[in-house]
Amino acid sequence: VTADQILFLVLAILGLGLAVASVTLRNLVRAAFALIGCLFAVAALYALLEASLFVVAQAAVYVGAIAVLIVLVVMLTRRELREKATQTHRYAPLAAVLAALITAGLAAGLSQFASFDRTMPVLPPDDMVIRLGDALLDPSGFLIPFEAVSVMLLSVLIGAVLVAGGTRPGRGKG
Amino acid sequence: MIPLGWYLLFAAALFGIGLYGALARRNAVAALMGVELMLNAVAVNLLAFWRYLDPGRMNGQVFAAVLFAVAAAETAVGLALIISLYRLRRTVLPEEADLMRG
Repeated sequence: VTADQILFLVLAILGLGLAVASVTLRNLVRAAFALIGCLFAVAALYALLEASLFVVAQAAVYVGAIAVLIVLVVMLTRRELREKATQTHRYAPLAAVLAALITAGLAAGLSQFASFDRTMPVLPPDDMVIRLGDALLDPSGFLIPFEAVSVMLLSVLIGAVLVAGGTRPGRGKG
Repeated sequence: MIPLGWYLLFAAALFGIGLYGALARRNAVAALMGVELMLNAVAVNLLAFWRYLDPGRMNGQVFAAVLFAVAAAETAVGLALIISLYRLRRTVLPEEADLMRG
């Protein structure tokens, strides 16, 4: 076992432990913070994969935006999050069995995968962020998907503002 | 060196945990957190496949970037729906959102 394998195992166990905490903790604020920790562990795994842009994107988009949004919603709707009330519904054991079956099936399938033991090839010497930017803005590359995603994100965010802001009780449509 | 399979097994386990969270939680916010875990598992897979199988081309990274944008959009709409539901019905439990039940 080499140093980078130990680092991977520590990060993976930390990430999975925090993920389990975030789906099982009764206190939703604590669960949200466990989720933030798990997302940071995943960002560290991106660093091990040398995907530098995605380390930053994970920290900025997930930890900075999505997780803060979740904490905000948890706090806005705090009255409904009584710790004493049960947090799982009656089909939860079924969900656990299903999740375990799918994970076991994936693991069994993956262990048969031909590239399972493949080690990391050497990265090309040029800057991967610049190459990603070139690919995203290349008309024969990914320009159209990139623009489509940007339009989708804008329209989705406008829709989200309309849905969340347009239902003030007592004042009619605002 | 870390074999590719370790990343894939980690992603499979993270996906399973997220699936349990999305299915078993009564609270809509908590279910959404489970979906976030599943999307992260997919992103780990995409970047691992890019790095191990095809680091010379950017396809895997572009897929992961699109996935990030879609995940952000999904969360924004999901949380907006939850806030709207909370304002209308004072609840964040999907089972109590039964306005359209016949």
